[in-house]
Amino acid sequence: MVTILTFIFMLAMGALILGFIAVSAMFLIWWERKVSAHIQSRLGPMRVGWHGALQSVADVLKLLLKEDIRPAEVDILVWWLAPFFAVVPSVMAFVVIPFGGNLIIKDLNVGILYIASISSVCVIGIFMAGWGSNNKYSLLGGMRSAAQMISYELPLILSLIMVAMRAGSLSMQRIVESQAGCWNILHPDMAVACIIYLIAATAEVNRAPFDIPEAESELVAGFHTEYSGMKFAMFFLGEYTNLFIVAAIAATLFFGGWHGPFLPPVVWFLIKTYGLIFVWMWVRWTFPRVRVDQLMEFAWKILTPAALVNLAIVGWILLK
Amino acid sequence: MYTEEFLINMGPQHPSTHGVLSLELKLDGEMIRDCAIHIGYLHRSMEKIAENRTYTQFIPFTDRLDYMASMNNNLAYVMAVEKLMRMDVPARAKYIRVIVAELNRIASHLLAIGTFAQDLGAFGTPLLYCLREREKIMDIFNEICGNRLTYNYIRIGGVQYDLPEGIDLKIGEFIKYMRPKVDDYDQLLTYNTIFLARSKHIGTISKEMAISYSLTGPNLRGSGVKWDLRKDEPYLVYDKFDFDIPVGANGDAWDRYKVRVEEMRQSLRIIEQAIGGLPEGEALSKAGRIHKPAPGEAYFRAENPRGELGFYLVSDGSAYPYRLKIRSPSFSNLAILPELVRGLKVADIICVLGSLDIVMGEIDR
Repeated sequence: MVTILTFIFMLAMGALILGFIAVSAMFLIWWERKVSAHIQSRLGPMRVGWHGALQSVADVLKLLLKEDIRPAEVDILVWWLAPFFAVVPSVMAFVVIPFGGNLIIKDLNVGILYIASISSVCVIGIFMAGWGSNNKYSLLGGMRSAAQMISYELPLILSLIMVAMRAGSLSMQRIVESQAGCWNILHPDMAVACIIYLIAATAEVNRAPFDIPEAESELVAGFHTEYSGMKFAMFFLGEYTNLFIVAAIAATLFFGGWHGPFLPPVVWFLIKTYGLIFVWMWVRWTFPRVRVDQLMEFAWKILTPAALVNLAIVGWILLK
Repeated sequence: MYTEEFLINMGPQHPSTHGVLSLELKLDGEMIRDCAIHIGYLHRSMEKIAENRTYTQFIPFTDRLDYMASMNNNLAYVMAVEKLMRMDVPARAKYIRVIVAELNRIASHLLAIGTFAQDLGAFGTPLLYCLREREKIMDIFNEICGNRLTYNYIRIGGVQYDLPEGIDLKIGEFIKYMRPKVDDYDQLLTYNTIFLARSKHIGTISKEMAISYSLTGPNLRGSGVKWDLRKDEPYLVYDKFDFDIPVGANGDAWDRYKVRVEEMRQSLRIIEQAIGGLPEGEALSKAGRIHKPAPGEAYFRAENPRGELGFYLVSDGSAYPYRLKIRSPSFSNLAILPELVRGLKVADIICVLGSLDIVMGEIDR
C-alpha cells in the first residue's frame, strides 16, 4: 500500500516537474531576451502579450509546426537520439532538487553524486549531435564541448565535495538543513568553493564566456547547426533546463536552499535560483568569449589546483 | 594516433566573414595549417562602369565601395576629379567636407570596433552600443543630405547642399555625448581581461611586414608606423587643425583596435575645430554638371577609415573618364591574412579578420 502511494506521489511530482520545466524554460527564454535587450538599450519582444510575455509560446508553436529538415548522409540513429540525450539527463536531475522542506521527489542519500553523474551525460548528447550531423562546424563544436566538459567536471565535483564534507552528507536535504543557521556562502572557505562552482558550472552549461561549443561567430551555431524545428527546440529546452539545474544546485549548496524568513520555502528557493540565473545572464551579455586553449589552460592550471588547495583547507578546518 | 587535415570552407555565408568573403581553411583539429582567400562574390565591375558614366554620374557608385564610409569615398573620388581639372573649391565647402568626412570616420570605426567585439564573442552588447552612437551620426547625415547610408553628398566643386540651420549645435551636442561614450568602451572592452587575452599578441604585424604588404590606415599605424595622409600629405584644410596620430606598439589585433578607439577621439577634436572655424560663403562653386577635363591623368589618395583610398583617372578630353582605377585599402589589408593566421586557432582567424576591418564592397568593387 505504501509503495503504491509513493508511486502515485512520484508520478504526480514527475508530471508537475515536467510542466514546471516547460514553463520555466519558456519563461527563461523570454527573460533572457528581455534582460539582454535592456542591457543593450533595446526593448526586446514587445508585441505578443504584455511586454512580449507570450513570445516564447508563439516561438514554441512555430517550432512545432516547422519542417524537420534532415541533412543528407547524417548518421541517422546518432542524429535522432542526440536531442533526447541533451534533455533527458537534465530532467532526471530534478529528482533530487529540494524545492522546499517536503517538496522533493526523492531525497536520495547520494544526492550530489547522482546529480554529478547524471549531468555529465549531457555532454554525450552534444557530442552525438556534433558527430551525427555530418557537418564540420558541428564536429568541431562537439569536440570542443567534450574537451571542455571533461575539463570542468573536475573542479565542479571538487567544489561539490567541499560542501558534502562540511555537511557530512551527500543528501541534498541534509545539506540544506546543515545551513539552517548560517548559509555556506558566509564561510570564507565555502565562498571560494562557491566561486569555483559558479565558474565551472558556467562552462558546464556552455554559457558565455565559455560558450565555445556553439561559438556563434566562429562555428556558425556549433553542434546544433543542422537541427531545425522541434529537435532544435529540444536542445534549447535542455540548455535552459540545465541552466536552472546548476542555479538550483548553487542555491541549495551555497545559499541556504529553501531557508529564509517570512516567505514560504519554495518562494525563497525560486528567488535564489532565478537571482543566480540573472547573474549568469548578466555575465553572458557583458563578456567576450575565451578561446578553447585558454579555457583548458584555465581549467587545468588555475581552477583545478585552486579547488584542490581549497579542498585541503576545508578538510583542515573541519579537523581542527 | 592517425590524424588527418581537413578542409573547411568558411564563407561566403558565415556570420563573421564580414560580407561575402570565402576562406578555405586547412585545419589540423583546431589549428590552422593554411588559409586561402577567395574573393569576387560582390564584383560589380565598378571601374568599367565608370568609363560609361560622366564624372558626376559616377559619384553615387563610390558610395557602394566602402559602404561604411560613403562620405570618405565621395570625397576621394571628387578630389581626384578636381585634381584632374585643376579646380579649386570654396573654403566653406572644404570645412564641410572635413566635418562630414570625420563624422563618417567615427561612424565607420564604431562599426569596426563593435563587430570586432562581436567576433570575439561579446555577443551583441558592444555592437549595439556602437550602433546606438552611429545612429546619432546617421541622423545628422540625414539632416545634412537626406540619406542614411549612401550619401552622394560631395560634388565636384563643393558639396550638394549647404549645412542646414542649427546643425552645428546638433554636432556640438553629439561631440559632448560621444566623448564619455568612448571612455565607456575602454571600460567595457579595451582593458577587459578576456578581451586582452583574446586579442593581445594575436596576428602580430611587424613594421617591415606592414610596409611590404602595403597596409594602410589603422592597420599600418597599429604596427607603429606613423603614416597618416591627413598629416603627411595634407589635403582640404587638415593642416589647419590640431590633432594627433595614434600609433600602436606591438602591431597585434589589440593595437589595431586601440588605434581605432583613439582615432575616434582625434576625429572629435577635428570636428570641434572645424565647426568653430566654419567660414561663410558658397558651399558649391558654379561649375555645372558636365565636366570635360583636358586630356591627362591624375591620382589622388585620401585617408579613409580603413586606409588609403586612391583614384587614378585618365581623361581623353570627353565627358567620360577614359579609365578609372581604384586602389582600395581593404584589398591590400586582406592580403596579409593568410600570413598572419598560419599556426593560430580557428577562433583567432575571426579575431584577426575582425581587427583588419575589411569591407567586401571595396575589395570586390
